[in-house]
Amino acid sequence: MKHKVATTVNGRQHEHEVEPRLLLVHYLRDNLGLTGTHIGCDTSQCGACTILVDGKAVKSCTMFAVQAEGRSLVTIEGMAKGGELHPIQQAFWDEHGLQCGYCTPGFIMAAAYLLEQNPNPTEDEIRKGLEGNLCRCTGYVNIVKAVQSAAKTMSATPAKKATVTAGGN
Amino acid sequence: MAVTQLVGAKIHRREDPRLITGHGHYVDDLTRQGTAYAHFVRSPLAHARIKSIDITDASKSPGVVGVYTARDFKGLLAGTHPAAPAFVAEKKFVPERFPIAEKEVTYQGEIVAAVLAETKSQAADAANLIQVEYQDLPAVMDLEKALQKGSPKSHVDGPDNVCWDFTYTGPEITEAAFKEADVVVKERILQNRLAPVPMEPRGVSADYEGFDKKLTIWMSSQNPHFIRLFVSGAMGLKESQVRVVSPDVGGGFGSKISPYPEDYLVPTLSRIAERPVKWTETRTESIQNATHGRGQFYDCEVAAKKDGTLLGMRVVQYVDVGAYHGTFGAFQPVACLMAGGAYKWKGISARTVGVLTNRVPTDPYRGAGRPEATHLVERMVDLVALELKMDPVAIRRKNFIQPEDFPFTQNFGLVVDSGDYDKALDKALQLIGYDELRKKQAELRKQGRYMGIGFSTWIELCGFGPSAATAPATGGIALVESAQVRVTPTGSVIVYTGTHSHGQGHETTFPQIVADQLGVPYESVELRHGDTAEGTAFGYGTYGSRSLAVGGVAISKAAGKVIDKGKKLAAHMLEAAEEDVVFEHGSFHVKGSPDKSKAFGEVAFASYGMNLPEGMEQGLEAVAYFDPPNLVWPFGTHIAVVEIDAETGAPLLTKYAAVDDCGNIINPMIVDGQIHGGIVQAIAQALYEEVVYDEDSGQLKTGTLIDYSMPTANEIPTILLDKTITPSPTNDLGVKGIGEAGTIAASAAVINAICDALSPLGIKHVDMPASPDKLWKMMKEARN
Repeated sequence: MKHKVATTVNGRQHEHEVEPRLLLVHYLRDNLGLTGTHIGCDTSQCGACTILVDGKAVKSCTMFAVQAEGRSLVTIEGMAKGGELHPIQQAFWDEHGLQCGYCTPGFIMAAAYLLEQNPNPTEDEIRKGLEGNLCRCTGYVNIVKAVQSAAKTMSATPAKKATVTAGGN
Repeated sequence: MAVTQLVGAKIHRREDPRLITGHGHYVDDLTRQGTAYAHFVRSPLAHARIKSIDITDASKSPGVVGVYTARDFKGLLAGTHPAAPAFVAEKKFVPERFPIAEKEVTYQGEIVAAVLAETKSQAADAANLIQVEYQDLPAVMDLEKALQKGSPKSHVDGPDNVCWDFTYTGPEITEAAFKEADVVVKERILQNRLAPVPMEPRGVSADYEGFDKKLTIWMSSQNPHFIRLFVSGAMGLKESQVRVVSPDVGGGFGSKISPYPEDYLVPTLSRIAERPVKWTETRTESIQNATHGRGQFYDCEVAAKKDGTLLGMRVVQYVDVGAYHGTFGAFQPVACLMAGGAYKWKGISARTVGVLTNRVPTDPYRGAGRPEATHLVERMVDLVALELKMDPVAIRRKNFIQPEDFPFTQNFGLVVDSGDYDKALDKALQLIGYDELRKKQAELRKQGRYMGIGFSTWIELCGFGPSAATAPATGGIALVESAQVRVTPTGSVIVYTGTHSHGQGHETTFPQIVADQLGVPYESVELRHGDTAEGTAFGYGTYGSRSLAVGGVAISKAAGKVIDKGKKLAAHMLEAAEEDVVFEHGSFHVKGSPDKSKAFGEVAFASYGMNLPEGMEQGLEAVAYFDPPNLVWPFGTHIAVVEIDAETGAPLLTKYAAVDDCGNIINPMIVDGQIHGGIVQAIAQALYEEVVYDEDSGQLKTGTLIDYSMPTANEIPTILLDKTITPSPTNDLGVKGIGEAGTIAASAAVINAICDALSPLGIKHVDMPASPDKLWKMMKEARN
């Protein structure tokens, strides 16, 4: 039996009939074609599927699509606006915070929530704040640098910060 | 424009904009119209006979297109899993391997049936309805027991469990050295089995177009041309009928080199079902089936003089081959040939024994054999130093191959091309503040705290490789590299490489080389890779830190050929003799008259016109192959500082410094990134990761990322990097490789630091992973 689910994703409204067992990450990828959210494990360890649900970082494999009913979601595709990269995206680029790029969308979304909660984190707080995400390429060194650099940019231009938490509108 | 403007510069990566915005194209992101989804049923047992498979209920399940067992593939797939000779020329027993088991399963995860359905979940639902009846057989797990007479066999029809037993140099070669010795140290050193865990699991999508007899495969691979070769052969197709596309790939680390059963089964399912078929691996399937790394132990003896002079080494390597011979599984014995490390030895005897077990096959994993060699020799050298109460720095300096010794022919006849090991060591000591650390250690010891400093003065051979060495090792195909440089009429440049980038940044670095060489803007050079329908006849892929040292040099050679043709044409246009034309900063001019010149773009445009010198063909493009005269030999020094909690045994890595030398550098940002990642992958081996199977049943106990503990950002300290630059004399670019360096170096530094920390307790050796419980037990025993 299928259930109706209505969500706002990156500022656009969607409505679908889905199986109750469908995971949110599969809904995003297969129903909406938003393939920037990746799947890296079966047990909610890797964080590659992290998105924002009502502004909060959530591993989208830990929710059923039907649980997203009425929620506002932001995926990696919703971060850049009008051809301009989000400061966290820019920082990952500038600091070489990615290699194969597979974990990157999840890290960027987790970092967005981290900086929303704590705009000036210490290195230690960044490392702890990102412990729900796994990367095999970078050794985390440049990911940490990227988040530090994004924190600086975002606190210098508060307008940019606002775009992170606006739920993608 | 300076010729070296781009080479050596920190250029931000071109691949990043698509990847940071969610617009990359990994294989699971692509779906053909009309796709059916495959789900594989896998053996839950490590070793069993298949008595029967009942597909009745599954076949009737909603959405099912078909259910298939070995019988359905028998007439459609020929041959066996390729097993390259690699470093072991003679094998004792290489079990036949068909991509789907028919009578016997030999590891947990081996495929026994396949389901095709309209959706992924329908395929999974139907797979649950397949009834397989097994007769349990004893699982062969322990390497030593497996070698005993009368041991159960990993394959019931095999002669025994010996895959290979190969002696490179016998004990006689070390007799004199051991006779001369004042001290002999012995140790058994384990190499824990590791799961590569690229963040993107594997995936295969295939479309066989029956009317055209053409097959396209999209898959997550480090070397699509090899996959084309193997899969076309097995399916009875010509290589020209098969196209393999390896789009964005989310990491490989060696686990995406060899072909896998699904690489044959998914295209064959497409052929059977006459529609596109897609399969995406789950993480558990990945840990269960993707080839593992390491999984070895070494029995080693070292002879030395009282003054610390190293004399001889005897090493026997035992490799857990797994249930089948990995395609490049016999690469790991290179550890024997590299066991001497950065030092001079009178003699090294080495033997490798490959043991078949009922675990998933082992194959190259980042570093492949060279991390094992470094770990072995660096541990043994520290044991000698401990025995002689020498500083680990002093014993290393005393035995280093010296700068004037290069090219240096080491004990197994390999020629180390260049090096300056003291220089890297000096820099690393300074970077970490060694003298201060030793003082601090003395203070902490007085307080009953366990702090240790560990060294790894590593060397590496990479850049596979010279045809004379690699053609016999693969069974005929030399691992040289090819490149094509094509200039369009408007002067933009498309570069095709046979290497494959899956995080290494080739789309950025290779155009840096070409733009400098042709003197054209960086933006006008585009790199293409990963599609067998494009570029040269054969590409050899990316592994073994070979892409720049072999592939990059091939690209540079092809660009050189383009310049040569351009010169001929420019001479014709300038009405000058060819030998009078020089090419500099992107333009051709007559020697001594810089005004009389033609820009590169003008010559490119003219090459497509009608006014060409007699006999010249239109166009401006070239193909080049590079067959390197030798391997390349990076080196460096890594130093780790560890403190172990006296109460809990938890090791805390407090500081890490690395000075590496990979010759000339194209892009320092990318080099640093490779080193960071490599180091952390080896820290992971040293402290956290191990694939564990139940020793009796062969059940995988670490089949998820809950149990297989990859480190997060929270476990990793800040890493300090510096470098020395000793250009390689082996190629014109003076480059070596850096993809594996960190992984080759770091485990020894971490474990040496732990052993140094625990030396006041009389603990001499700790095996990996040095988990808190292991250390706590050792400390408790030592205190009693």
